Amino acid sequence: MATLELRNVNKTYGAGLPDTLKNIELSIKDGEFLILVGPSGCGKSTLMNCIAGLENITGGAIMIDDQDVSGMSPKDRDIAMVFQSYALYPTMSVRENIEFGLKIRKMPQSAIDEEVARVAKLLQIEHLLNRKPGQLSGGQQQRVAMGRALARRPKIYLFDEPLSNLDAKLRVEMRTEMKLMHQRLKTTTVYVTHDQIEAMTLGDKVAVMKDGIIQQFGTPKQIYNDPANLFVASFIGSPPMNFIGLRLKRQDGRLMAVLDSGQARCELPLGMQDAGLEDRDVIVGIRPEQIIVAAQEPNGLPTLRAEVTVTEPTGPDTLVFVQLNGVKVCCRLAPDTAPQVGESLNLQFDPAKVLLFDAQTGERLGVSLPAQNTLGDNVAQFKGR
Amino acid sequence: MNSTAAFRKVSPFDALQRWLPKLVLAPSMFIVLVGFYGYILWTFVLSFTRSTFLPNYTWAGLAQYQRLFENDRWWVASKNLLVFGGLFIGITLVIGVTLAVLLDQRIRREGFIRTIYLYPMALSMIVTGTAWKWLLNPGMGLDKLLRDWGWEGFRLDWLIDPDRVVYCLVIAAVWQASGFIMAMFLAGLRGVDQSIIRAAQIDGASLPRIYWKVVLPSLRPVFFSAVMILAHIAIKSFDLVAAMTAGGPGYSSDLPAMFMYSFTFSRGQMGMGSASAILMLGAILAIIVPYLYSELRAKRND
Amino acid sequence: MTSLVGKRSLSLSRIAIYALLMFAVLLYLVPLVVMLLTSFKTPEDISTGNLLSWPSVITGIGWVKAWATVDGYFWNSIKITVPAVLASTAIGALNGYVLSMWRFRGSQLFFGLLLFGCFLPFQTVLLPASFTLGKMGLASTTTGLVIVHIVYGLAFTTLFFRNYYVSIPDALVKAARLDGAGFFTIFRRIILPMSTPIIMVCLIWQFTQIWNDFLFGVVFSSGDSQPITVALNNLVNTSTGVKEYNVDMAAAMIAGLPTLLVYVVAGKYFVRGLTAGAVKG
Repeated sequence: MATLELRNVNKTYGAGLPDTLKNIELSIKDGEFLILVGPSGCGKSTLMNCIAGLENITGGAIMIDDQDVSGMSPKDRDIAMVFQSYALYPTMSVRENIEFGLKIRKMPQSAIDEEVARVAKLLQIEHLLNRKPGQLSGGQQQRVAMGRALARRPKIYLFDEPLSNLDAKLRVEMRTEMKLMHQRLKTTTVYVTHDQIEAMTLGDKVAVMKDGIIQQFGTPKQIYNDPANLFVASFIGSPPMNFIGLRLKRQDGRLMAVLDSGQARCELPLGMQDAGLEDRDVIVGIRPEQIIVAAQEPNGLPTLRAEVTVTEPTGPDTLVFVQLNGVKVCCRLAPDTAPQVGESLNLQFDPAKVLLFDAQTGERLGVSLPAQNTLGDNVAQFKGR
Repeated sequence: MNSTAAFRKVSPFDALQRWLPKLVLAPSMFIVLVGFYGYILWTFVLSFTRSTFLPNYTWAGLAQYQRLFENDRWWVASKNLLVFGGLFIGITLVIGVTLAVLLDQRIRREGFIRTIYLYPMALSMIVTGTAWKWLLNPGMGLDKLLRDWGWEGFRLDWLIDPDRVVYCLVIAAVWQASGFIMAMFLAGLRGVDQSIIRAAQIDGASLPRIYWKVVLPSLRPVFFSAVMILAHIAIKSFDLVAAMTAGGPGYSSDLPAMFMYSFTFSRGQMGMGSASAILMLGAILAIIVPYLYSELRAKRND
Repeated sequence: MTSLVGKRSLSLSRIAIYALLMFAVLLYLVPLVVMLLTSFKTPEDISTGNLLSWPSVITGIGWVKAWATVDGYFWNSIKITVPAVLASTAIGALNGYVLSMWRFRGSQLFFGLLLFGCFLPFQTVLLPASFTLGKMGLASTTTGLVIVHIVYGLAFTTLFFRNYYVSIPDALVKAARLDGAGFFTIFRRIILPMSTPIIMVCLIWQFTQIWNDFLFGVVFSSGDSQPITVALNNLVNTSTGVKEYNVDMAAAMIAGLPTLLVYVVAGKYFVRGLTAGAVKG
């Protein structure tokens, strides 16, 4: 097991072409599970290939266990990878697939057999050892691919969207299994996905990427509660955060956001006193679960009466849509409190949880780090563009 | 973060591995550059020299090309190529497409029939030419057969008729290549999107109409490929001429490829021969380049 | 298209279709039948009968004479074809492997140049090639012909393998590299075992092309080193003496049988080769 550190990693495919990876900085401790998440084309797979040594970096350094591996070939970096398509060798049996890397490293056959047995038991594929990949189901192939990686006992495991090819139900099952396995084996892992649920549930640390830049690096909780910019806020969370563009007003020395539902208005007092924020185009961000039905007794929190335009019952919740400031806003309510379409209901907001973003740059406005210390060995870095 | 010495070690094994792909490709690259493009250049140069029996690098300007244009045999060969090429491509396409459409109708023993249509492609053009030379033998071939079968006075002496001998070449070539075109189109037909056809059926179109108006137009790329390949075969036709007619009677069935061989190797006119080869290259380029260009443009558009 | 014709009943149109197809079958088979028939006749039968008349006595003298004439040349063809097929296939496989999985700057350009070479009219290289062979002391030898066939077969064999290999996901090669395998190990243990179909196509295609070749044979060989196609043409087109059509046809059969047999046995690979080359890649 090992630590991984990326220092100012850059990558271009050629002079004149835009950078695929720009100034990537992150580091994880021994045994941590790092998630690289982002939309297609954000550079996460490229970054993974660079960590593996399958592609060269044009600037910066990759350190594994404080050793610069940037110039090393893949096989010298002691890394194992599980691919989205599993990449099992089609003409070899499952056993031969798992043995392949060990044989190249000239392990004695008895040791190889032990490893194969260990891994097969761990992943419950003992009965499949003599089959060829073509004879296996998707889930079985995925396990064999993991077995091939586990048998190598590498310093770092890389997973490139390993669950994307599975159907939804199997995906959820395998997700839990992966988490369990990580808890048991405590392997340093880098995991690429475009699925933000996987990012939230599996990771110790998450790096959200867009256009080759790390938008934010931190724990899932930090990413969720304290997004650094509009992109991170919109990417993580399902259903996504509501965004309302408006101009702040200054009233009685306090900054206000005014929400208008068509039937009524309410004012959200925002804590920041920063000068220069009023009369500026901002975007207010509120997560659907932060809008609740107002309590019977007034409790000092701002409330607003709004008409329901659409309801989507999902089972565990009902998503209720209202129009605020001309924008469709989603509220996540408990099914029994949800009204019908056309009815009006009293919504309540918690200004402390409301986030502000600059309308032009998307940057988060007003530093509002929660009380918990986010600084530690791994600094939560806010990078946005 | 404490850093240790950042060393970038590249083992000799890795260095070799990085060069290995290039090393493996190198001999072929050399062969292609020399044996393909280098030699073309050499021939190109020769066409501007005074070479006859042996290469002679005295500059002759466009003299060889001039001689070509003044050479009646070359004109005959070129005209023959147009006639032969046109007929060959046209007839082969018609037969190939027809057979493909027929075979597409869920025929029993389709595989067996296909095998028969295609076997001529496995034969050398020399064998084909020899067989058809015998079949078209004036007096002992098809005409005798048909006379014996009752068609009195039937004559088929195209093979010795200077005006009609080219048609003999066409017959043999069509026989050889039409199976191939059939295979191409059959594969294309099998790849046609079913839903378009069903839509046409619902619209009430009849089967022949569907083929003519919907299916065949969608096979335009296959048409272009087929025309390209057939044109290529036509321009390179040498074996067939050598076997069937040797260019005769006289040189009335000559084709450029035969001309080139004859003048270069038999008549000791390397300069003229080279010039004719370059013109042949020009003809092929004239066909491929627009095709490739339109292909690339199509790819860029979608 | 199979959904169009619902019932396989014996409607008039279906009868017409089958009739047309059968007629075409006859047309394709007639030359072969005639060749065979003629080869087993005596010269007297040939001059008295017609193309399809049954021989009064079935004799093999045509074949005996034909074999006596083309014997050595048949073996020449084998000496030329076998090494050339094997070598061009092997080189094509390695080239295809590099071009599809180990791309580097310039490799795409090379592939383009190679592709263009598939369209080459060989007339443009005949003279320089013969000069070179002469300088190497290989003019008029079977070895020289082998080299020529390898050189000019490279374009096609590389094309076959490259087009086949690009459909292999490169995650496979990445996984192998991470497992520690090098260039040749990956080729030998992973790619090659997967290549059986395309190897068959290439071998059969090359065999047919090289065995059937005439142009290179007539230019680069003479006398004892000629392949059978050249020998056949010489035999058939000599204008001296009485024409013995039975011998001519028998010789043509001898020349054509090997590729015909290969076609009958492994035809599907041949067809795949045809269509693979045709569908522009």
